[in-house]
Amino acid sequence: MALLQISEPGQSPDPHQRRIAVGIDLGTTHSLVASVRNGVSECLPDDDGRVILPSVVRFMPGQGRQIGFDAVHSAAADPVNTIASVKRFMGRGLNDIADRSKLPYEFTASEQGMLSIQTVQGPKSPVEVSAEILATLRYRAEDTFNDDLYGAVITVPAYFDDAQRQATKDAAQLAGLNVLRLINEPTAAAIAYGLDNASEGVYAVFDLGGGTFDISILRLTQGVFEVLSTGGDSALGGDDYDQALADAALAKQPGLQVVTAEDKTLLKAAARAAKEALTSKDTSSLTVALSTGPLSVQVSRTDFEQATQALTARCITAVRKALRDAKLAKDDVQGVVMVGGSTRMPQIQQAVADFFGQAPLNNLNPDEVVALGAAIQANQLAGNNAAGELLLLDVIPLSLGIETMGGLVERIIPRNQTIPTAMAQDFTTYQDGQTALALHVVQGERDLVQDCRSLARFELRGIPPMAAGAARIRVTFTVDADGLLSVGAKEQISGVEARIDVKPSYGLSDEQIATMLQESFTTAQADMKARALVEARVDADRMLLATRSALNADGQLLQANERSAIDALMATLQTAVQTEQDAKALEDCTQALAKGTEAFAAERMNHSIQKALAGQNIQTL
Amino acid sequence: MISLQANDFELFDVPVQFAQDRAQLDARWKALQREAHPDRFAAEGAAAQRIAMQWSVRINEAYQRLKDPLKRAAYLCELQGAPVQAENNTAMPAVFLMQQMEWRENLEDTDSAQGLEALANEVAAEQRRVLQELARLLDESKDPAQAVGQVRALMFIERFTQEVDAKLDRLT
Repeated sequence: MALLQISEPGQSPDPHQRRIAVGIDLGTTHSLVASVRNGVSECLPDDDGRVILPSVVRFMPGQGRQIGFDAVHSAAADPVNTIASVKRFMGRGLNDIADRSKLPYEFTASEQGMLSIQTVQGPKSPVEVSAEILATLRYRAEDTFNDDLYGAVITVPAYFDDAQRQATKDAAQLAGLNVLRLINEPTAAAIAYGLDNASEGVYAVFDLGGGTFDISILRLTQGVFEVLSTGGDSALGGDDYDQALADAALAKQPGLQVVTAEDKTLLKAAARAAKEALTSKDTSSLTVALSTGPLSVQVSRTDFEQATQALTARCITAVRKALRDAKLAKDDVQGVVMVGGSTRMPQIQQAVADFFGQAPLNNLNPDEVVALGAAIQANQLAGNNAAGELLLLDVIPLSLGIETMGGLVERIIPRNQTIPTAMAQDFTTYQDGQTALALHVVQGERDLVQDCRSLARFELRGIPPMAAGAARIRVTFTVDADGLLSVGAKEQISGVEARIDVKPSYGLSDEQIATMLQESFTTAQADMKARALVEARVDADRMLLATRSALNADGQLLQANERSAIDALMATLQTAVQTEQDAKALEDCTQALAKGTEAFAAERMNHSIQKALAGQNIQTL
Repeated sequence: MISLQANDFELFDVPVQFAQDRAQLDARWKALQREAHPDRFAAEGAAAQRIAMQWSVRINEAYQRLKDPLKRAAYLCELQGAPVQAENNTAMPAVFLMQQMEWRENLEDTDSAQGLEALANEVAAEQRRVLQELARLLDESKDPAQAVGQVRALMFIERFTQEVDAKLDRLT
């Protein structure tokens, strides 16, 4: 591994040590963690050899928690405190949860509109519940390698909006994970599939999970995974098929009602079992002891298909739209990769085969493929695979815009733009002497603000009084490689500016995360300090390693005096790592090195770009 | 030395002209992103990541503009001192406006997918004609001031195409 080979003698504990990086598929129904070991991506099993962790968390009286299979087994006995499918609530407000009455939970909303679930341990936000699942997988990985994790790639549905992505990142942070990147689930699946099969050409990834549906159209060429378009529905998945089957079964035996939380959980579990049975059989029985009486009916595959016809049609409509966005016809698609446990349903296989006119590809385990792909990307991002040819060029799934007069949306970044991206648009004032401007950031495809998702509101103040229409306010949207948005506004004549990282109304503030982190460690002040120091040392070491690697690769770009300035900063930081007891002072030293190498980093990039163009010219001549 | 301030053509090292080879643009884009994408710097310091982000954004911006004939033409006019100024200058020749009105009436009156597709084909033919005219004005006559008029015409045509597509979507 290039980065560690050049470290100075005695400074790296083990020159062959690899950075432990994992891919985590945080799913609606279940979650997995995978890592690349000996060049092969594999899912990490728990102590009982199971790779799947059910995404279920039970909060028990006192401090106790059950996570995974244990929680699943207690769901029927303690439905109110056993949270399943929490992914459906990520980045969502109370009003977004359409089927609330059919769920066994008691929801509350915070003042900011953030949703919480009432448990025996008090209100729990979806971010906190997800963090429990992520932390469980983090411990599993750390136990497997008997080492700390360097970082993780977490997957999200491609169709997740900014609020849902931000909530996922918050949850990872709360679980103590260093997030190397958020990547889209279908893209992760494409990596695992494409690398396995050495595929080239246009592929569609059809990803129907427990709670979300994604369709991505990708072009694969020589290790480049270029997403051409993406579409889907972040509230459509196997859960909805369960519910539809439960409703159909209930309708067959009139007079019975679902009243209690236990009823809801039991019926859902029975419907899910029947659904799974119908994958290989033509009929199945659905039997539940409801509080209003016993339900016992036969359901056929035809019943199931009819009850879920509308859901399947929604999937195919999204596929059609994604193809149109990619400006491609069905025949351009070489293969359709099936991902997610819900693609096992025969009606889905049939609908996809009918639409594309070809049999879908099912040769990968649909439960594991997303985590496996994420692990491959994590391994490369951590720098373990210096020769890695993998390049992901992903897109944003939904347009981003700003509210203008009359509640209309002015689009600033259209959907399916390759990220990272930045786009700007000029706006102006509508009243004479107007000195402030309220900016409302929204995401979605509709023309009216009320039909789009509200992401954030902020204000630009201190505009000098001018005639209406004279001010020139440039609003810049920047979407980073994680697909997360930040927004800046600047009045061009006066130079007044304001900017925010979009922390969605339904997410957590940085302070909230800090407080939760502190609470979760419930430790004395001294421990907090020690932890801060450890973290500062890790950061400092990371910075030193990165700088040495950069010097080794491109040191010849520096003049002698520039080189000695950087060497001096490195020496100072090296000493500080060993002797400094104050976290803040150590952080300052790290910052100084970061600042001192900025010009060098820019120079290196120039050099790389030049090299890329030179290489191209030779190839294309 | 190439810099963030280089224009799109310089950045992609292609001739400053309207005619472009799409396959070459695609290959350049990927080659440049291979060097500059933030993923390559995920294990490095904040400074390297920030610079990677700036370059990667700039490369994507240039690619978006170069691969789209309308954006490329408008950009070329601007580079050559004839900005399009679409918001301030909407004056179009009478003949063109007549044709637009005809198309719009046609769109309103047509309710069959077949009829709409015929209209879409007609518009696409006109679009191809304007693109050829743009290539002639920009690359042969070197007349960006004249080309600006064609860029505006192309903007109208593109918007109209979207409306036809939207109506087709509603029908199918």
